[in-house]
Amino acid sequence: MTARIGVITFPGSLDDTDAKRAVEIAGGNAISLWHADDSLHSVDAVVLPGGFSYGDYLRCGAISRFAPVMEKLIDAARSGLPVLGICNGFQILCESHLLPGALTRNDHLSFICRDQKLRIENNTSAWTSDFAVGEEIVVPLKNGEGCFVADDKTLDLLEFEGRIIARYLDLNPNGSRRDIAGICNEQGNIVGIMPHPEHAVEKLTGPTTDGLGFFTSVLKSLVNNGRVTV
Amino acid sequence: MAVRIDTVTVASKSPDTDQPFAELGLKTDEYKRIKEILSRRPTSAELAMYSVMWSEHCSYKSSKVHLRQFGQKVPKNDSMLVGIGENAGVVDIGDGWAVTFKVESHNHPSYVEPYQGAATGIGGIVRDIISMGARPVAVVDPLRFGDPTNPDTRRVLTGVVAGIGGYGNCLGLPNIGGEIVFDSSYQGNPLVNALCVGTMKHEDIHLAKASGIGNAVILYGARTGGDGIGGVSVLASETFDADGPAKRPSVQVGDPFMEKLLIECTLEVLHAGLVEGIQDLGGAGISCATSELASNGEGGMHVWLDRVLLRDSTLSPEEILMSESQERMCAVVEPAKVDSFMAVCKKWDVEAVVIGEVNNSGRLTVEWHGEEIVNVPPRSVAHDGPVYERPFARPDWMDTRQANGVENLTRPTSADEVRQTWLKMVATPNLASKNWVTSQYDRYVRGNTILAQPEDSGMIRVDELSGLGVAVSTDCNARFAALDPYKGAQLAFAESYRNVAVTGAKPLAVTNCLNFGSPEDPSVMWQFEQAVTGLADACLQMGTPVTGGNVSFYNQTGDVAIHPTPVVGVLGVIDDVERRTPMAWSTDGEAIYLLGETKNELAGSEWAHAVHNHLGGLPPELDLEKERTLAEILVAGSRDGMISAAHDISEGGLAQTLSEMAIRANIGARVWVPDELDPFVFLWSESATRAIVVIARSEELRFTDMCKARNFMASRIGAVDSKLGVESGTDEQLVQIDGIYGREVSLSINELRTLSEATLPELFG
Repeated sequence: MTARIGVITFPGSLDDTDAKRAVEIAGGNAISLWHADDSLHSVDAVVLPGGFSYGDYLRCGAISRFAPVMEKLIDAARSGLPVLGICNGFQILCESHLLPGALTRNDHLSFICRDQKLRIENNTSAWTSDFAVGEEIVVPLKNGEGCFVADDKTLDLLEFEGRIIARYLDLNPNGSRRDIAGICNEQGNIVGIMPHPEHAVEKLTGPTTDGLGFFTSVLKSLVNNGRVTV
Repeated sequence: MAVRIDTVTVASKSPDTDQPFAELGLKTDEYKRIKEILSRRPTSAELAMYSVMWSEHCSYKSSKVHLRQFGQKVPKNDSMLVGIGENAGVVDIGDGWAVTFKVESHNHPSYVEPYQGAATGIGGIVRDIISMGARPVAVVDPLRFGDPTNPDTRRVLTGVVAGIGGYGNCLGLPNIGGEIVFDSSYQGNPLVNALCVGTMKHEDIHLAKASGIGNAVILYGARTGGDGIGGVSVLASETFDADGPAKRPSVQVGDPFMEKLLIECTLEVLHAGLVEGIQDLGGAGISCATSELASNGEGGMHVWLDRVLLRDSTLSPEEILMSESQERMCAVVEPAKVDSFMAVCKKWDVEAVVIGEVNNSGRLTVEWHGEEIVNVPPRSVAHDGPVYERPFARPDWMDTRQANGVENLTRPTSADEVRQTWLKMVATPNLASKNWVTSQYDRYVRGNTILAQPEDSGMIRVDELSGLGVAVSTDCNARFAALDPYKGAQLAFAESYRNVAVTGAKPLAVTNCLNFGSPEDPSVMWQFEQAVTGLADACLQMGTPVTGGNVSFYNQTGDVAIHPTPVVGVLGVIDDVERRTPMAWSTDGEAIYLLGETKNELAGSEWAHAVHNHLGGLPPELDLEKERTLAEILVAGSRDGMISAAHDISEGGLAQTLSEMAIRANIGARVWVPDELDPFVFLWSESATRAIVVIARSEELRFTDMCKARNFMASRIGAVDSKLGVESGTDEQLVQIDGIYGREVSLSINELRTLSEATLPELFG
């Protein structure tokens, strides 16, 4: 059976079709989930896509966090459901307190779109097991509010527990503390990442296909955890 | 609040009431004509409608007589599905797919309030595309700014760029191309044009017409507010007592989040078959949408204006009719489908209300709290506005300008001077990297971007299974148009056509944004007439129909008009985007060919502009048949896998083309000057109909045979060579040109990149 990976569409989600495409290219079965639906339709994992949900009004992700589907998602994530938040999805995960810290305005105050080099720091999470620690990858980054901040204690804890998933290399594009591009929760099933792996899954449209690893990782981890049987 | 309503009855009984028609921009004879049409004086609401719909912006009253050429000189082209006159033209690209694209200007608002002006420019063109039934898939922004060192240019540019990014990024459309050009002629009149491309299946094409008697007219999207109301404030102050709202801001404010919902909501109601006719609300708001829908349909419509959802409950009916509040659409829906339509709107959190009904009265009637305030023949508002035969005449100063050639300008005459010129040119604001701007735009969203800036054209994959795609480019060297508007428009067309072909796509159709000074100036009108004629002639000859476009007049401050700037957008189709040709070479040893003939043509060039601040002489010659042959070679070479990289030669000449290819590739090359050419002319001439192509050694013979068979000049001028640096003892990648006045000139790609990328951040960062 192919794993069913849900992709939630909020009003203002933009990279939802791209996340679904990435899931399919990786070999998964992409399932559309709707913000106002209070069911996860028994998916095996969920992607919160990029975009400007609710126009970024109030704070990025602050309104989406209260969507009916999020209530179900928060419970399921706490019980181990693999969840990947990309860009706006990362912001929603922080607003939902599934991940620590916050994403604030880029330090240079402008939106930035670039092909970003990252170093993978953790390959034990549900979404990064297909990478090697220290592996350098290039995926598109595009955000206006991607500066990851947290207090020193939290940052130290993230470092100590190995929960930093990836760091920016060569250039820190948004002023994120300690060059953090992505983090995960203690169990490693919830991952938030600012750059867009779903835009690096095809040679024709992305700078590389390095992003595919996030999606193949979760498919394998679902099989290994017995959540999905082959 | 004491409100005095000027009803049709009141107007009939008070024929002599003074009306502020002049303040609303209507001429005395136009006002007289309205009275003749209605056989009475107009009500203030009718006056409001006529004044906006008969404005230059909506009625094309000065340009119409010339624009007819685009409809008359139509090439035989089977791909045209919807032509000029609709919200946007539609072309067939095969496999049941159709593409719609259009470019519009938002020049004046962007000067007054750069962020909102540019943002709502994107919003407007995107709604034109969705009202055809298409999903918008990409945007492109041709921009013109004043002197880059003038402090006001910083205000305008940073605001415009932030506005395009702020709106476009939030809307989820990739920004895949465009232009940024600086010239002091745009100091008080920057040009902010926006092009949008949309895709759909043939059966999804929709038109703006209100057919079906009894059908409901639904206004949906954002609420109507007081933004975008210009001259109508005169009427408002007439209608309201002294304590009522007075002047309102004339620049609209955009909400890209609402626009994104509007896109998804509109596509859903269209695909569900719930809509008979659809129209976006842009300039002239409800006045335009209702009169155009009625005029295109059965000819009658009744509107209950007090049902319109308002952001500001104090708005007068005249203001509601004229408001240009953004993110609104109007749909005509069968009564039985209204509930389903409303359900889709609710799903997307979009407010909607039935404001009218289609009837067979032949009149557009508008009611305000039970009283009739408008009763007009809709065609007289929407289509039968005034038409002017403005006088035009070639100005005397054209002779002086054309006689003032570039022959006496000092040219570099040694290898050292060539090197210095090269380093200067690569960093001029017009030639420098635009990465500082374009990195503020999302080029990846939707995941179908095959090529984006700085490539020759933007390319989007339309069909993920077959690889069918489209390419689009916009171009205009306005200096050429200033030297000869007929030729300049054709050169703009040729460059855009070439840029599409360079990427491997076959040019198919044309859109344009004609930016000019005041039509009341006969010399401007002459430039306009010449440019339109030039473009129409070129399109006819080349088989690429004009599918629509936009005219922007009055781009002038005092007596000083901008350079005539006919921006031409060309759309091309490519069967398989896997075959697209990138601009950067990648493989050591591949041969570099110059296609086309290089002549001593530097009038209007970037070199004359940047080094000598000179504008005079005659623009480069253009042979459209050769342009077609070049495009055929580029498209065939791409399709058959002969060409591994290609880049157009235009502003900045061959030197710029080589610099851009080398910087993008970060791989060196060795190039030599052909014996018959002067090195300076070889490097900086802007002769048309040329490109650089890179050919694998195994394909060279096949490629040169193809050029020979088509009698098109192809000169081998170099080879990709990553070892040049190592040979001369550095680890740098180098571009080396042999035969520069007896010596060689060697340039470090890192140095070229650093210079090219530093200019814009230094000016505006």
